[in-house]
Amino acid sequence: MSWTAHLPALQVIVPLLAAPLTVLLRRREPAFVVALAASWFAFGVALALWWQVGHGGTISYAIGNWPPPWGIEYRVDRLASFMLVLVAGISAVVLPYSRRTIETEVPPSQHYLFYTMWLLCLTGLLGIAITGDAFNIFVFLEISSLSTYVLIALGRDRRALLASYQYLIMGTIGATFIVIGIGLLYLMTGTLNIADMGRRIATVQGTRPVLAALAFLTVGISLKLALFPLHQWLPNAYAYAPSAVAAFLAATATKVAVYVLLRFYFSVFGESAVFARLPMEAAMLLLALAGMFAASTIAILQTDLKRLFAYSSVAQIGYIVLGLSFDSTTGLTATLVHLVNHGVTKGAIFMLLGGVALAMGGTSLARVQGLGKRMPLTSLGIVLCGLSLIGVPGTAGFVSKWFLILAALEKGQWWLVFLIVGSSLLALAYVWRFVETAYFREPRADTADAREAPLSLLLPAAVLVAATLWFGLDTSFTVGTAQQAAAALLGGGR
Amino acid sequence: MLQAEHAVLAAMAVPASGALLIALAGRWPNLREAITLATAALLLAVVLGLLPDVLAGARPAVTLGAVLPGLSIAFSVEPLGMLFALIASGLWIVNSLYSIGYLRANGEHKQTRFFVCFALSLAATMGIAFAGNLFTLFVFYELLTLLTYPLVTHHGTDKARAGGRLYLGLLMGTSVVFLLPALVFIWHTTGTTDFTAGGILAGKLGHAGLAALLALCVFGIGKAALMPFHRWLPAAMVAPTPVSALLHAVAVVKAGVFSVVKVILYIFGLDTLAQAGLHGAADWLVVVAGFTIVAASIVALGADNLKRRLAYSTISQLAYVLMAAALLAPLSVVGAVLHIAAHALGKITLFFAAGSIYTAAHKTEVSQLDGIGRRMPWTMAAFSIGALSMIGLPPAAGFVSKWYMLSGAMATQHWLAVGVIVLSTLLNAGYFLPIIYRAFFVKPAAEAHEHGHGEAPLPMVIALTLTATGTLLMFFLPDLPLALARQLPGLGG
Repeated sequence: MSWTAHLPALQVIVPLLAAPLTVLLRRREPAFVVALAASWFAFGVALALWWQVGHGGTISYAIGNWPPPWGIEYRVDRLASFMLVLVAGISAVVLPYSRRTIETEVPPSQHYLFYTMWLLCLTGLLGIAITGDAFNIFVFLEISSLSTYVLIALGRDRRALLASYQYLIMGTIGATFIVIGIGLLYLMTGTLNIADMGRRIATVQGTRPVLAALAFLTVGISLKLALFPLHQWLPNAYAYAPSAVAAFLAATATKVAVYVLLRFYFSVFGESAVFARLPMEAAMLLLALAGMFAASTIAILQTDLKRLFAYSSVAQIGYIVLGLSFDSTTGLTATLVHLVNHGVTKGAIFMLLGGVALAMGGTSLARVQGLGKRMPLTSLGIVLCGLSLIGVPGTAGFVSKWFLILAALEKGQWWLVFLIVGSSLLALAYVWRFVETAYFREPRADTADAREAPLSLLLPAAVLVAATLWFGLDTSFTVGTAQQAAAALLGGGR
Repeated sequence: MLQAEHAVLAAMAVPASGALLIALAGRWPNLREAITLATAALLLAVVLGLLPDVLAGARPAVTLGAVLPGLSIAFSVEPLGMLFALIASGLWIVNSLYSIGYLRANGEHKQTRFFVCFALSLAATMGIAFAGNLFTLFVFYELLTLLTYPLVTHHGTDKARAGGRLYLGLLMGTSVVFLLPALVFIWHTTGTTDFTAGGILAGKLGHAGLAALLALCVFGIGKAALMPFHRWLPAAMVAPTPVSALLHAVAVVKAGVFSVVKVILYIFGLDTLAQAGLHGAADWLVVVAGFTIVAASIVALGADNLKRRLAYSTISQLAYVLMAAALLAPLSVVGAVLHIAAHALGKITLFFAAGSIYTAAHKTEVSQLDGIGRRMPWTMAAFSIGALSMIGLPPAAGFVSKWYMLSGAMATQHWLAVGVIVLSTLLNAGYFLPIIYRAFFVKPAAEAHEHGHGEAPLPMVIALTLTATGTLLMFFLPDLPLALARQLPGLGG
């Protein structure tokens, strides 16, 4: 057995072990090097796994050689590998960026702990994606959540503590609901292995505990993915967390929660008749639409760029959930494509905003007046990503919107088509608030010495901006993988 | 000589790389302007190089790669796109000449940004002209909106910002809300968006479906300024005059009506539309466009601001193209195609004249123009020729296109369309002839003698003389546009 067969284990173990190592080192420079090495290694492993799955099919890895369903199984299919690449890739890009930004945002004595928490968060998110065990999902979810609370609380602004606390309460309620749901499923099926659960649920479908499990899981996961109206924790968390954390979370955390939802819906409940008894699709459709319109409208009214784009995230999560409410291959493809497209776009925006906060001393609309003059590259980057949020052709967002419209047309729902494109107009409105502030207002006197962000910030952000444009022109990675994953999910999952 | 396939790509690459050089040469204005003119000349040469092949029946095509399977960025040159590219690239040279004079004489700021955006807009325009499928056209259409936004808001004032909002909001709004769903629907129904002679929708939709889809396309192409989505055009008047010329003649509105005609010919197909139902699925468009023609003319009649009057004249003239195309008769469609060219030449002359008057005399209202023809004979002579073309009188280009449109309307016995054309001709005369009369025959008020002025700077006068000459030439020698129009599918003979 060559070492490449152990890639699924290495994917999680390397960042997990690197985390305590950074604590032992206790110094910022070595800790950064260890974290970066572990993160880049994880990205390499994720790419290798993606390639392996593409050529050899789903990988099943028995931890400790205990065969599933008794032992914990790591299971990498098309969807899991897609998520691994997203999470590890974003971490690999954002981590180098964090080195400079935390200098002003986090007390120097805590820098090594910042990297510890980062690695634990990465471990948790990767673990959720890779594991084939329901309880294991909960464990990794807690690892990532707890480290996220700490990361947010590290923010310079005192309101970061409140934001972290808010997220802690909401996140804990969510996690509790999730573990209750998993417990009920275990009770009824006698297994924790997801594939096994999906097979056995057929015999108990329609029973009350299974319906209750679905309800608990839906609400719990919806809290984690910030589905409107369970999104209150998100804007503060994104606005007051350190810039690098905001970028990493915006690009990955809610996306992984969506992954968990897809797993339970399609791999566990998929073949059962539960959906016939609970109108989940209609509920999801309604909440998605409410999120798209309400959150976009709130975004237009914001006076701070970080909060503006945070509310935009809530609205974009609406698109993601809308896709899965169609219960069709095209709809799921839209969901998965938008997971990556929006992750990349929002990651880029929050990285650029970190540079703005650093140079201009804040991100309120009043402060960033004339940004186009002070920081032309950063400003251009935000505009390009904004175009992707609107869905202008040539950007990643357009491809997502294309599949959403297509999914609605396949169902013959023209009214939904017009709601989807109508909500893009709201995106146009909030993006143009930024454009007009940055290009039509004279810079304020107290930002006179603001300069373009340093290269150590610009370069990582440029990688994600480039990806935003690239995924709008070449969709072989995003759409190609998403279509296969969507087909697999609807074909009975794992 | 350049291979045809490469020439198609060069038509976009030349202005795009020109924009880069202009940006680099920003510190040396003379070099920068030389690059603009050289780029424009090179682009015209490239486009002209394609002309013999297209006239001979060749349809050079290039595919750049697929965004999604079956959805690729592809280019294909056909006669309509050829004509549009010729107009845009030809007028760009003249417009550059004029811009140089205008920007320097008025001391405009950020001239480098202006010329960069201008060149990039031309690259996007070439993409629209040569688009091989509706998807590619959509991509470059949106790009053109975004690239012209900095030009429209060039002054950076609150008024410019408000005008820009309306410009971007209406153009992008209509394209996203109407055109995008239509595009996805066409792809979903037919599996392609390729421009195909005779259309791709034959037998796919009923009468109501075709009419609805056509409505999504026509209203989705907001650049065609069909009422009620016309407000962006007067709002964009806040831009400097060379930009107005770009919007009204070189690229933007022309891209609008061009796209509508292209969609009618190559996505729907004249026959498909004509066979669906009693009067064809485009009958509603004749009515809406006819209304737009008359309504916009009446607004123009009451406008004292010269540029505003010209803007509403444009809305009315564009609706001519849409109405003629919607008649679905070969003669009227030829008229529509000719009118794209005729209106471009005439309207750019009118805007050049308006800009010259503003630059030399600082006058913007029609009521201030008494006797100006004596001080600016060249400008006002050119203006008169442009006005004749708008009214549709010989010896100007507008006469030729109107002749064809009227013949088509009569041939199909569409008396509503005939009535609209006749009525609007009277209205056009009603709002253009008084300007000419004032300029040449009314004695200027005494105060005007206080600050004497003559013609505008030389480059501007040369530019408007050239376009006025073009307007006359197209009356005497309409062979080239006619030959191209005759080659369009369903219009031969």
